[in-house]
Amino acid sequence: MAKMSTIAILVENRPGVLFNVANMFRRRSYNIESISVGPVENTELARMTVSVEADSRELNQIVEQLDKMVDVIKVKRLDPMRSIMREMLLVKLDTGDPMAREETLRHVNARHGLILHIDPECIVAEVTGEPEEIDEFIELTRPIGIEELSRTGITALEKGRLKL
Amino acid sequence: MSGARAFVEALSQEGVETLFGVTGGAVLPICDELWGSDLRFVMARHEQGAAHMADGFARVSGRVGVCLATSGPGATNLVTGIATANIDSSPVVAFTGQVPLSVLGTDAFQEVDIIGITASATKYNIQVRRPGEIPHAVRSAFHIASTGRQGAVLVDLPKDTQIDSEDMEFPEDVSFRGYEVRLEPNPRELDWAATLLSKARRPVIMAGGGVVASNASPELIRLAEMLVAPVATSLMGKGAIPGDHPLFAGLCGMHGTGEANLLVSDADVLLVLGARMSDRTTARLEDFSPAAKVIHVDIDRSEIDKNVETVTRVIGDARLALKGILERLSMMSLDRSTNGEWLKKMERFREEYTPPELSGNPHLRAPAVMKALRRALPRDALVTTEVGQNQMWAALYFDAYAPRTFLSSGGLGTMGWGFPAAIGAKAARPDLPVVDIAGDGSFGMTENNLATCVEEDLPVVVVVLNNRVLGMVAQWQRLFYDRRYMAVELGESPDFVKLAEAYGAVGVRPETLEEFERVVGKAVSDNMTTVIDVMIDPEENVFPMVPPGKGLRDILVEA
Ligand SMILES: Cc1ncc(C[n+]2csc(CCOP(=O)(O)OP(=O)(O)O)c2C)c(N)n1
Repeated sequence: MAKMSTIAILVENRPGVLFNVANMFRRRSYNIESISVGPVENTELARMTVSVEADSRELNQIVEQLDKMVDVIKVKRLDPMRSIMREMLLVKLDTGDPMAREETLRHVNARHGLILHIDPECIVAEVTGEPEEIDEFIELTRPIGIEELSRTGITALEKGRLKL
Repeated sequence: MSGARAFVEALSQEGVETLFGVTGGAVLPICDELWGSDLRFVMARHEQGAAHMADGFARVSGRVGVCLATSGPGATNLVTGIATANIDSSPVVAFTGQVPLSVLGTDAFQEVDIIGITASATKYNIQVRRPGEIPHAVRSAFHIASTGRQGAVLVDLPKDTQIDSEDMEFPEDVSFRGYEVRLEPNPRELDWAATLLSKARRPVIMAGGGVVASNASPELIRLAEMLVAPVATSLMGKGAIPGDHPLFAGLCGMHGTGEANLLVSDADVLLVLGARMSDRTTARLEDFSPAAKVIHVDIDRSEIDKNVETVTRVIGDARLALKGILERLSMMSLDRSTNGEWLKKMERFREEYTPPELSGNPHLRAPAVMKALRRALPRDALVTTEVGQNQMWAALYFDAYAPRTFLSSGGLGTMGWGFPAAIGAKAARPDLPVVDIAGDGSFGMTENNLATCVEEDLPVVVVVLNNRVLGMVAQWQRLFYDRRYMAVELGESPDFVKLAEAYGAVGVRPETLEEFERVVGKAVSDNMTTVIDVMIDPEENVFPMVPPGKGLRDILVEA
């Protein structure tokens, strides 16, 4: 049965590596749900977090196919029970109406978000949380009027001393 | 030192003596350095041919084959050859010229993104960004192409990195944090594999290209004899065990022999050695070897459970794995009570499923031609095939006696592969006769390399099984599309005898099997490039065949 899984990948921080990783998913018809990338500890390495919908056999193949790529140093599927998975949302809400503005502030505060910019027409806010929490936040604020939004995709670390 | 100079120096350090290629503007600095060097440049007449030559060279010699092309169309012409080598795990390094860095990304004249284009058709690819990177790039390319599961690597060389000079360092070793080659199998995995095999009552070994790549034939044969296990092979495994060995069951798969397909289907333990278990080998996956506990030995962990589910696995070099298994088995007691029965079954399957021999027709029959060719050639002759019926006739009816003597495009099934691959094979082993078993359609795709044979003194023999059709496709249309022949008739053109002569080669059209054998013998002893045009029946089918979508037991032996 296909379900959403999250994979952490440590790669060489070189041009073309992101392309090669993404290309592997495309070529073998796996669908990337989200991908986030950034340099780690030192700038020679980068860490990617990919979430993908796959059954266990497919997931196995994904890990093995990634693992054999020359520029991929480590691959690990993250156990959701033992990992922290977070995502950041930037959202621009239509707050011309004072009621809407009030409501926006309430939702953002409830999620411990940040108000980044306010002008007479709209508010830009930042919210982080587990992906489901972000989904939920979007649902709650949809009636207010979402002008635009951008999500980073999941980034994740394992709990305790576990390491990639 | 200039990048181009460093490039030639780096190739020499890798022990390269021959490269195959076509020149052009973006590799002029390299060509200028090759001028006067000891490296032999074999000029192909099309870059696809150059890549196949490098591939043929690699498969025969076990060493890296090298090809070179200019940027843009030169590079794209290589792609079929690169993909063909890569999927068959053949160690090939391709070098392409590229537009100068200063204009890269501006759609300059003859610029293509060959790194992007070959990303999923190579094991690895690199674009050089500074002249000083060239020695490292060359070393890395050879290292990655020739270790672990071998494959194709491409190095893209912008023209200014060839021209400009920098201090050069030639590394002896390169290493990559993300690329570790594990050859030595885990002892526990070997224990399990040996235990399973020791209990098998109906064991079958399925040998693939990994046995050839790891030079594991002696160990394979010892294991088969110790277990009294029939050996089936994939197309890539052909030659891993001699075709006249009593335990050789033949090719397994869509065009497998009856005994190979049925033994695999009846096995209780199936040992898969370095084979990808592609759809052409397994046929309908649900029906594949249903009772068997499958042990899969492979150097590439991603092959395990990709297609066929296994009970146990051994990750590592096939030869080392076989040694480990043999060692363990020699200390166990094996129950031999069922061996005789199992072998008798093999005999029975063979008798029941041998397709009837056709005769009483003015045409020569392809299976008979294959057997006559075998008689006419020495045991160590090298044979390549094209793709289609010719390939399957060769696989079924031409016995290979040693690994690396039977070469075919397995994974990609590239028409036009066999002839240039034969030229590459000849460059690797000028002392041996080399024959391309061809179809007329396939030969047409790369026949212009006859000029290379003649001009470069690389004589090969082409046996064209000439049916005036794209035979394999016609066979499918005959069997599964009610004879609605569409886009398969080739007609009478060209005249292959005249074609050969136009290139300065020998062309002959034998009328009988005896004459055919004589002609082959003469071509081999004269060591002349010869095209032998063998007229066969356009309606002849290759059998046995498992129809598409069916399981290995559903074997057709006639229409
Ligand atoms: C480059 C390429 N194009 C198309 C095909 C599809 N194809 C497979 S077999 C075949 C016919 C081959 O004809 P021929 O070389 O005459 O060999 P025959 O089957 O007649 O022996 C074709 C067109 C292919 N395998 N490779």
